[in-house]
Amino acid sequence: MQVTLKILRFDPTKEQKPRWQTYQVEAEPTDRVLDLLHKVKWDQDGTLAFRRSCGHGICGSDAMLINGKNRLACKTLVKDLGNVITVEPIRGLPVEKDLIVDMEPFFAAYRAVKPFLINDEPPPQRERLQSPEERERFDHGTKCILCASCTTSCPVFWVNGAYLGPAAIVQAHRFLFDSRDRGKRERFQALGSGSGVWRCRTAYNCTEACPREIPVTQLIEEVKRAILFDRF
Amino acid sequence: MAHRHEVIVVGAGGAGLATALYAAREGADVAVVSKLYPTRSHTGAAQGGIGAALGNVEEDHWEWHMFDTVKGGDYLTDQDAAEVFAKEVIEAVIELEHMGLPFDRLPNGKIAQRRFGGHTKDWGKAPVHRAAHAADRTGHMILQTLYQQCVKAGITFYNEFHVTDVILEDGVAKGLVALELATGELHLFQAKAIVIASGGFGRIYKVTSNAYTLTGDLQAILYRKGLPLEDMEFYQFHPTGLYPLGILLTEGARGEGGILRNALGERFMERYAPTIKDLAPRDMVARAMYLEVREGRGVGPKKDHVLLDLTHLPPEVIEKKLPDITEFSRIYLGVDPLKEPVPVMPTAHYAMGGIPTTLWGQVIRDEQNTVVPGLYAAGEAACVSLHGANRLGTNSLGDLVVFGRRAGIHAARFAKDADYHELTEEHLGESRERIERLKRSTGKEKVAVLRAELQQSMMDHASVFRTGELLAKQVEILKELMDRYRNVSLEDKGDAYNTELVEALELGYLLEVSEALVHSALNRTESRGAHAREDYPERDDQNWLKHTLAYKVKDGKVAFRYKPVVLGRFEPKARTY
Repeated sequence: MQVTLKILRFDPTKEQKPRWQTYQVEAEPTDRVLDLLHKVKWDQDGTLAFRRSCGHGICGSDAMLINGKNRLACKTLVKDLGNVITVEPIRGLPVEKDLIVDMEPFFAAYRAVKPFLINDEPPPQRERLQSPEERERFDHGTKCILCASCTTSCPVFWVNGAYLGPAAIVQAHRFLFDSRDRGKRERFQALGSGSGVWRCRTAYNCTEACPREIPVTQLIEEVKRAILFDRF
Repeated sequence: MAHRHEVIVVGAGGAGLATALYAAREGADVAVVSKLYPTRSHTGAAQGGIGAALGNVEEDHWEWHMFDTVKGGDYLTDQDAAEVFAKEVIEAVIELEHMGLPFDRLPNGKIAQRRFGGHTKDWGKAPVHRAAHAADRTGHMILQTLYQQCVKAGITFYNEFHVTDVILEDGVAKGLVALELATGELHLFQAKAIVIASGGFGRIYKVTSNAYTLTGDLQAILYRKGLPLEDMEFYQFHPTGLYPLGILLTEGARGEGGILRNALGERFMERYAPTIKDLAPRDMVARAMYLEVREGRGVGPKKDHVLLDLTHLPPEVIEKKLPDITEFSRIYLGVDPLKEPVPVMPTAHYAMGGIPTTLWGQVIRDEQNTVVPGLYAAGEAACVSLHGANRLGTNSLGDLVVFGRRAGIHAARFAKDADYHELTEEHLGESRERIERLKRSTGKEKVAVLRAELQQSMMDHASVFRTGELLAKQVEILKELMDRYRNVSLEDKGDAYNTELVEALELGYLLEVSEALVHSALNRTESRGAHAREDYPERDDQNWLKHTLAYKVKDGKVAFRYKPVVLGRFEPKARTY
């Protein structure tokens, strides 16, 4: 089938503002949007810039706005989109070129929640024990691939880039609810601050955007309750 | 711009991050240079598990793990490496758990373990539960956990910096040159010790489980500079790539009870490995699948693949223990593994060969194990040689933590007593010239066209089965492709995120590693592990129980030297399962 691919192009070193560029691409219904971007780059226009690595939804490189929704280009098939497809960079982060945005603000928020196990007790000789139920409690958060789809679909983040954003809160949740972790007081400082979880307006955009089907909004709510009631 | 760090690690996958972390714990000032963001390295795609004789489910011993690794490697494995590995991987898994890695758990709270290909108890008698796992995203969890610890340790990261040169002078490693993708600027990195942990090069093949970014960059750079590549002829095809894309479906699926079937519905592995059937090592299963297809028992309109049947497993096992591969089947093929078998075919997966190193990750330059001071390698980019002629499933994740840690510790200690070397702008020259040449070129060749021809021809002539005739043909094709590569030109002449330029540089590396692989395969006139020569079907210990060191010579020629295999505990024997 013939697909019309409209891509928002922008090179801030040369242009004042973004522009749409349209390409006609021959595609199979089972092609990924990533395949179409490659067809453009490899056969028609070598100047198109986008990120990608694994190509099957694990590395999180190719989050972009596809037909108005945040998705991974490698996990979105042509047959689910029809024959006119628009592609734009994810919103709320500075565009560096075409579909590539500056990820540093996103990772700064990630670092702010102390995304690592905190436990100063001397570890045992063997593994720390954890029941399957305790392990299950934080399973959702471990699926996060840091693609930024959730954070860059959040209206609060668009308005206020200082907001930690859903992805960072999911990372905090992953440790707050890990029976081995002892760092909740330290994490509460960032999470309970003016840029923390209270900014969340429960719009559910993040949950809808997550390509890993993490119930992001629910996890944010659980973090809010943990701070309010100190319950885990 | 110039930078200076005591230890600089190239690559931010599992091996690079483990190296960086342990070097930092030794007190070194450490930086990581990666062409990706750290959590986007391909370790994240490893699914099934990390093998260690924890004995959590049933009796197990590091000696059994060592034996399986040596036998799995068709006795080309260095047994000192296998011994160090099988012992230290137990400790490494416990350390990962202490770092917070979310392993799946048994009802008693210990780390859960499952079966995997080639892992056995009692010296090959039956499969054993050895693979510690976190659903089917164990690699993802390892990558995330190691990155989390690097953040905690405050390690410096140069993200999206594409290394273009390793500065080697007077036989000593002095620094690196890297292209900052965001700006197009070349940076000079001064280091006392450099660790190469840049991963594999599956992108030389058309069908591969590997990321687009796995192009053998650093292997090629060192090879061009006259350092050898070891055992490049041994390239692993993973039996279960999702047909036709090649996306990986973990061997853990067979570990949980999945069965391979041909068009007649037969469990064909019963014929090839009667003791452990579908859990035979990868080289044997991949060959069996090719043979079934060749004999007309393939599935589908083209009869060119087989089926992985999970339908007899309890749905909760599939959904809890194999959620990701279930999703891949549903998304990419519209096939629900709960209800119907999944089409699979071998997919290019892992380089057993690479940059030769000692047990401490020190890069060596010859068969006498002469060390290149200040230069280290770890993970898939390196060849210790732990995996010999065929790597067992789960041993890649074990390799990267065990030997990443060793390289990190040794590099940090080396750096303590070493001085920085003087570097100048002139050291940027070679990289600058290469980049300028690509940008200025008015040639008519396109990167994508040459790359597609390379990938298809490598698939046709140098994949699961090889013959002298096919390999000789591929030698000629590679010469022609290298000639045409000189006439490659770019449309993008810009500086910021010139990803077309990056792909052009990567194509150059793909061609170099393909050259080393194909010549090494043509040279080795026997069949061993993943190297199956139809014109030399037997293993030949008399002549070939040795490692290949391939050196680049001018005019598309390759020279060889040989290194003895380190034997010891286990005498080479016929390899049956």
